[in-house]
Amino acid sequence: MSNTAMVKKYRNDFLREVEEKVEEGDWVRMCMQCGVCAGSCPLGDAWEHPPQEIFMMIRAGKREEVLGSDSMWMCTSCYNCIVRCPRELPITHIMHGLANYAHRLGLAPKANPTRRFAKIFWDNIATSGRVNELKLSLGLYFMDGFGNGIKKALAMKDVGLGLLKTGRLDPMGLFKAGGIKDKSGLQKALKKAREIEDTRKGY
Amino acid sequence: MTDVVATNQTILVVGGGISGMTAAIESAECGKDVILVERNPSLGGRVSQLYRYFPKLCKPSCGQEINQRRIMAHPRVRVLTMTEVDKIEGEAGNYSVTLKTAPRYVNEKCTACGDCAEAISAEVDDPHNFNMKKHKAAYLPTNMAAPQRYVLDPSIIGTEDAEKARAACKYDAIDLDMQEESLSLNVGAVIWATGFKPYDAAKIQPYGYDRFDNVVTNMEFERMMDPFGPTGGKLLRPSDGKEAKKIAFIQCAGSRDRNHLKHCSRFCCMASLKQTTYLTEAYGDDDDASATIYYIDIRAIDRFEDFYQKVKDDKKVSFIKSKVANITQDRESKNPILHGVNTEGYHRYDDEYDLVVLAVGMDPEVKADEIGCKVAANTSGFIDAHADDAGCGIFGAGCATDALDVNRAVQNSTAASLKAIQVINKTAGAEA
Ligand SMILES: Cc1cc2nc3c(=O)[nH]c(=O)nc-3n(C[C@H](O)[C@H](O)[C@H](O)COP(=O)(O)OP(=O)(O)OC[C@H]3O[C@@H](n4cnc5c(N)ncnc54)[C@H](O)[C@@H]3O)c2cc1C
Repeated sequence: MSNTAMVKKYRNDFLREVEEKVEEGDWVRMCMQCGVCAGSCPLGDAWEHPPQEIFMMIRAGKREEVLGSDSMWMCTSCYNCIVRCPRELPITHIMHGLANYAHRLGLAPKANPTRRFAKIFWDNIATSGRVNELKLSLGLYFMDGFGNGIKKALAMKDVGLGLLKTGRLDPMGLFKAGGIKDKSGLQKALKKAREIEDTRKGY
Repeated sequence: MTDVVATNQTILVVGGGISGMTAAIESAECGKDVILVERNPSLGGRVSQLYRYFPKLCKPSCGQEINQRRIMAHPRVRVLTMTEVDKIEGEAGNYSVTLKTAPRYVNEKCTACGDCAEAISAEVDDPHNFNMKKHKAAYLPTNMAAPQRYVLDPSIIGTEDAEKARAACKYDAIDLDMQEESLSLNVGAVIWATGFKPYDAAKIQPYGYDRFDNVVTNMEFERMMDPFGPTGGKLLRPSDGKEAKKIAFIQCAGSRDRNHLKHCSRFCCMASLKQTTYLTEAYGDDDDASATIYYIDIRAIDRFEDFYQKVKDDKKVSFIKSKVANITQDRESKNPILHGVNTEGYHRYDDEYDLVVLAVGMDPEVKADEIGCKVAANTSGFIDAHADDAGCGIFGAGCATDALDVNRAVQNSTAASLKAIQVINKTAGAEA
């Protein structure tokens, strides 16, 4: 192999890409592979790749494996890893940053329930400025089709009734417009925020 | 005490550990007058709390005895124990210093016969053994104590025990009327050698040092091996006094961690490697004895790689590349259980042990910016030996400047001694 070909082979473009495009991605190189984040994660075995392995994979240039992985979608934001990381890496935020980046590129696993929930949640709150619990939960139940939705709703009915009784769930939520006063103002603000982020990250 | 004479030709050494002793003896042997002040009732510092020291695994008494003899015999060194610096003002070549000496209640007539201790019943915590043990309130600080002189704990002054101790002394060495004394001196240069303190293990919350009996520090482990220590030289578990055979060592307990100590404490990898050899000493080739070291990376700094290799060849010792996430305790057995992920293969573990030793790192005993007089601090609070010290005649030595092993602390102290001598010589030149 020629010298330039070798350089090309070993140049890690993916680490640079993560540093530039991923929220908090510039921290990745600071990881010293101690493993305390992986050991501290309450979801433990649910991850195919624990955080420090993801960081190593980024440094090793494994772009498809990382961005297509569902590992970072497993993060529940408990912040145990951030609290214990000896180098103060904002691991939770990096995980969300990676997930978000993979989603934007269309590389995130399509069926991942966290990703789908996040999307429903976002659409819900971004339209009206408030979370409409009823729309959110129905959206979630019926995301796998009508039959499944009915099954899930029945399974959760005691919780639902409890919420109703304590006034935490508005039964008329489906029909009410609801939400904040200045919805178009909110949408403008969100659009602007997105523009700023896109320019900053060079999309 | 009135016979302490000092001038701007005198070097004051603060701290009588291996570093302060080295700086004092080096300066004196170069012909300078030295006053060495030590807060404890005896010289020796932390080294006197070790069971053996690497790399040669000799007992600390070995190197220490020679140094103590040289110091005690040298006409140019004046040792003041139980003494601290109260105030320090001035500049290179001309410092005024106020010292404060706590009452020992025992004068220089003491022969260390021990009759006073025999005569009394009161017991107090023994800080030399990290309070894992009590000793009589009339005590010799350590067997190696220099000076070899007893101390009365202030808590018994005014009690019957104090009178009993005095009555038992055949040499008229007990003086119950001693008071705290203050002494003002003029010195030309200062060597600051107040050393380190082990990082407070209780601050590392996930390791439960304050909750679990069988989680100890590396310093406490040293004391356990000492025949005169709290367990009579046996590795006994604090919870039930049973022999601890399956032992884990956790490296970087506090060190290299921005939540605790930013720096690498350097000596702790070697200290744990050394401590695995204590298992062989205690149990021979008993197959039940094992040591497991959890580490980020082993830093057998400098010339110690061969020591590491030797320990690696020991069948009793294994290594797991992982910073332990947390420790829990088995309720019945009180066995500590280590949880984490082995980064070589990303395997999760929940490993149970008889005893866990936390390899805690070093914090400065006195923070550099509390000394005053332009002494610069580094980011961990040690004296910054590289700062622009123009005009400053206070020089850090040993672990007051950084986390160091004995070898480096001694080198560093010789350098500090040379710097202090230069200040003294300049002052003398200017006056001539
Ligand atoms: C568990 C453990 C194992 C170790 N094993 C080894 C080993 O095997 N080999 C090795 O080379 N090193 C070892 N070390 C490191 C070694 O202990 C240090 O390098 C050494 O103690 C440094 O000596 P020092 O004089 O600088 O500090 P210290 O030993 O801390 O001495 C400082 C002295 O100053 C006194 N002092 C403190 N404050 C004041 C004050 N305000 N006024 C007056 N006096 C004061 C103290 O009482 C003390 O006597 C080990 C350390 C630990 C914790």
